[in-house]
Amino acid sequence: MNILEMNHINKKFDKLEVIKDISLSVSEGEILSIIGPSGSGKSTILRCATMLETINGGEIKYLDKQAVRTDDNGNVVYAKGDKMKNIKSNFGLVFQNFNLFPHYSVLKNIMDAPLTVQKRDKKEVYETAKDLLEKMGLSDKADYYPCQLSGGQQQRVSIARALAMKPKILFFDEPTSALDPELTLEILKVIRGLAEEHMTMVIVTHEMNFAREVSSRIIFMEKGVIVEETTPEKMFNSDNQRTREFLGRYSQL
Amino acid sequence: MSFQMMLMQLAGGMVKSISIFAWTLIFSLPLGLIVSFGRMSSNKLLGGVVKFYISVMRGTPLMLQLLVVYFGPYYLFKMHIGGAYRFIAIILGFSVNYAAYFAEIFRSGIESMPKGQYEAAQILGYSKNQTFFKIILPQVVKRILPAITNEVITLVKDTSLAFSLAYLEMFSITKQIAAKETTFVPFIVAGLFYYIFNFVVAMVMENLENRMKYYK
Ligand SMILES: Nc1ncnc2c1ncn2[C@@H]1O[C@H](COP(=O)(O)OP(=O)(O)O)[C@@H](O)[C@H]1O
Ligand SMILES: [Mg+2]
Repeated sequence: MNILEMNHINKKFDKLEVIKDISLSVSEGEILSIIGPSGSGKSTILRCATMLETINGGEIKYLDKQAVRTDDNGNVVYAKGDKMKNIKSNFGLVFQNFNLFPHYSVLKNIMDAPLTVQKRDKKEVYETAKDLLEKMGLSDKADYYPCQLSGGQQQRVSIARALAMKPKILFFDEPTSALDPELTLEILKVIRGLAEEHMTMVIVTHEMNFAREVSSRIIFMEKGVIVEETTPEKMFNSDNQRTREFLGRYSQL
Repeated sequence: MSFQMMLMQLAGGMVKSISIFAWTLIFSLPLGLIVSFGRMSSNKLLGGVVKFYISVMRGTPLMLQLLVVYFGPYYLFKMHIGGAYRFIAIILGFSVNYAAYFAEIFRSGIESMPKGQYEAAQILGYSKNQTFFKIILPQVVKRILPAITNEVITLVKDTSLAFSLAYLEMFSITKQIAAKETTFVPFIVAGLFYYIFNFVVAMVMENLENRMKYYK
């Protein structure tokens, strides 16, 4: 069963069509990377998948449960109430600029949503948070505030915060592009670790070597459409003119 | 009149000034938050009405507003005024006026919050209410505290406007004593009282600001 299925998604900002009839799916344990030039709609497709944006057409399903569909009259209908809440609990999102809660300590950033939203047991959540902090190499930072941490540390906290919710799939929107090269490496290492544990992930990234090494599948997007979707090996040896141009530009950097 | 007697009377007035101050804050801060929601409402009519209310409150003298609130019911409905209504009118007038100022401060604070905070909360499944009260409002309070402090200090001084409704707070009593005893002393004492009052208020506010300095 697919964890995520997006069918014929359309998204417009006013008149500007940003996503044009995109379909994609992610099965359990898969790691899908999305690459493409800036402005091609990579963030927007993630934001549609995570309900931060309202789509203009198409269907999104998590574990076969319909989060949104388009009826015969072309009206987009989102699931509501508890059903939607349930569907949303399947995914997490790691932002480019972290979006940690600055007034909460590291520990509270991680523990608050499991406690207030999922109403889980405090002791269990605390243990989970401790384990995650250890995994992120941040055990000594539990009582720090985000402003006292480096960008790389903040991003690791935000990954821990997302994981504490026990999502079935985790989205990353350019998780390293706000970071210096060394800090980038520490985040990539964390994501690699998650990959080894078979965490299902969708990663928008400009780190081509990383995408090549970690992904099960790569999508190359341009101007709101999927140009090519294939395995890393095939993607990096593609015959497609536009794929070659894009990858060529990146290998020159 | 002995100096001690005078001090006693002024202190009595001071208590009344403090009570105007305290009740006004208790009502106008929450009211200001609610008004700011109206101001930011996507409902154009509501937004427009609230905007007009705010501009009237800020564009006319508070003393005039107090007179309207106090004498309005009499002229409009021949309602009996005076007695307990005097104090009610004062608190009502002050609260409605200060709520307008606080509303604008709340609005600017809320609008200055980055969208990412809302989005992170949404992804984590917080409800709208939880997002506002747990994530957004505490950060807004930190951002607007200096502006709130300014208004609160102005309020200390504005309490003297209650004299216009013949309410015997400190300022009115000062004038009475000064006229009766033909002495300048009560003015000096009243000035000192106001100054100490403000000093304490400023200290409390600074303390609050310091308590929120633990994060940026
Ligand atoms: N909120 C928005 N309002 C209007 N246009 C937007 C908005 N968000 C994104 N866009 C436009 O949509 C296109 C795709 O943006 P985005 O998904 O951010 O691209 P990418 O993440 O691939 O760089 C761009 O042309 C961008 O200007
Ligand atoms: Mg983007």
